Amino acid sequence: MVAFLIRRTFGMILVLLAVSFVTYLIFFKIPGGDPAIRIAGRTATDANIIAIRQKLGLDQNIFVQWWDMMKALLSGQLISYYDGTNVVQQIKEGMPATFSLCIGAGIIWLGFGVLVGTISAVSAGRFSDRAITALALVGISLPVAWLGLIMRYLFSEGGVSTVMPDGGYVPLTTNPAQWFFHLLMPWFTLAILFIGFYGRVLRSNILDTINEDFVRTAKAKGLSSRRILVKHTLRASLIPIVTLFGLDFAAVLGGGAIITETVYQIHGVGFYAAQSIQTQDLPPLMGVTLYGAAFIVVFSTLVDVAYAYLDPRIRLS
Amino acid sequence: MADLLLEVNDLGVRFATEDGTVRAVDGVSLELERGKVLGIVGESGSGKSVTAMTLMGLTRGVNAQFEGEVLYKGADLLKVSDRDMQNYRGNELGMIFQDPMTSLNPVYRIGEQIVEAIQSHESVDKRTARARTIELLRQVGIPNPESRVDNFPHEFSGGMRQRAMIAMALSCNPSILIADEPTTALDVTIQAQIVELINRLKDDFDSAVIFITHDLGVIADIADEIIVMYAGRVVERGSKRDVFYDPQMPYTWGLLGSIPRLDRPRPERLHTIEGMPPSLIRPPEGCKFRPRCPHAFEKCREEPALENRVGTPGHLDRCWLDVEFKRSHRDETISPGSTEAA
Repeated sequence: MVAFLIRRTFGMILVLLAVSFVTYLIFFKIPGGDPAIRIAGRTATDANIIAIRQKLGLDQNIFVQWWDMMKALLSGQLISYYDGTNVVQQIKEGMPATFSLCIGAGIIWLGFGVLVGTISAVSAGRFSDRAITALALVGISLPVAWLGLIMRYLFSEGGVSTVMPDGGYVPLTTNPAQWFFHLLMPWFTLAILFIGFYGRVLRSNILDTINEDFVRTAKAKGLSSRRILVKHTLRASLIPIVTLFGLDFAAVLGGGAIITETVYQIHGVGFYAAQSIQTQDLPPLMGVTLYGAAFIVVFSTLVDVAYAYLDPRIRLS
Repeated sequence: MADLLLEVNDLGVRFATEDGTVRAVDGVSLELERGKVLGIVGESGSGKSVTAMTLMGLTRGVNAQFEGEVLYKGADLLKVSDRDMQNYRGNELGMIFQDPMTSLNPVYRIGEQIVEAIQSHESVDKRTARARTIELLRQVGIPNPESRVDNFPHEFSGGMRQRAMIAMALSCNPSILIADEPTTALDVTIQAQIVELINRLKDDFDSAVIFITHDLGVIADIADEIIVMYAGRVVERGSKRDVFYDPQMPYTWGLLGSIPRLDRPRPERLHTIEGMPPSLIRPPEGCKFRPRCPHAFEKCREEPALENRVGTPGHLDRCWLDVEFKRSHRDETISPGSTEAA
């Protein structure tokens, strides 16, 4: 276990370095990517641009440029080209909102996904199964941006009522009730896609597991159908869900909830990422990318550890 | 009168499928007394497993229809509710399955799975159930049961897993142990040990055994009575002696001829039964074995009843052929080549 974690840690660092370098490279290859030209403005002379390049260190070898930026990022000194703010500071400020959004949504989508998938599998072929299947497909197909706008229109802006707050975020420490109230619609907006998807995956996992020999054995032992479902069928069927959840959750925590955060004006990491993309601001993009990639690699390791716990046949090696 | 545990009368099982109704089991009757071993023999699709699973209530489902009765100690198991059936499963009837590799849940320890069976039927605490589990594992011949009880199934060999399955099936002292091809997935030496174990435990636990197999050789030592099934029906039924030494059904000859035997001259090749088992949706008219039977004649288009034709009490078959004709011709199938050699 310890050896596994040490090996994985080295692997993770390598992956993160590679991700950041590739991101850096891509940025300079996209049209209009060169920060010096953008900063210099429309009426810039060549001399201006060269001076800016020199100031930002962009006249150096690309490896040196990249390494300088990584050093600045890791020491917390990285400054945005666009508005001069500290990138690490900005990400830190966005994290409470992003975490509030994602943890709540994660609980909702995992809970409802398991519930929906189980009900659907148990009633396979009957009306409730068909209804859930149809709803799940609708949920998967709804674009988050559209759903967010419609929810705001219906419940905040008078479509049906004006009860719900119209976007924005209130920190938990400021007012827990308002925090909850403001996040309710974003939570469901973010979760609905995953609920539909997890429900479908779990349904088919359960239906596969029901035909396993060990489920027949459990029945032959004389166990109650509830116990067979929970202890034998569901336990085996949830293992693939753990992988999905680990990676999806890491992705949204790592700033992947860009659209939800933007639609609801939640100033989290995703919102920050969206803004930085609009201004093609290199330092924050590097910061946000690395921050997101870190969540992915850490959670995929956690998933592997959880796997070994859930299925004793798997050894960490 | 001996202690009659199970009486099955005219059991029929039909499954509705997209292609039509499958008559998986058709008019099967059998009796089982305490202390006896009943062998059910037949090839894949003959209905032997469906019969066994139906006794356990494991074939219940929206697509299944049942006929006849399954009387266990006077109660008709086809009619008891799903909830009551739970009390019969494991407690009154225990079952072991073909593939011990997949029959145990891979994510729970062997001990946990047996303890779970005990606790689902008896209100005993974990410690007592665990002590009994260790004792059971010892009885089925697992070495070092005190530590093995905490192993996961993947840490057991195939033979040991089947032993653990037997321990689980016997954990609540069922009166009947149903073994559905318990040795098919095991290698030959282990097969013999498992058969011997089942036979010994039957006496230790004072129960009866239904032993299902496609290999007559496996039950040659332990069966008291043998039922031969074909296309969902019983085609021959008799004591072990009747079926092995005076078989009346050409299908039984085929099964006997396909076992390698050391006590007879070695044939060039073992006998194979030509063709495939018939469709159970549209079975052939008359005798179901007719299309594959080398001795079929005109009369076989009429369905023969399962009745006594040989004179030996209790020996029933479904074959129109003349008994003397059969006695003089069956060795061509059972041990081809040996008649000339002898």
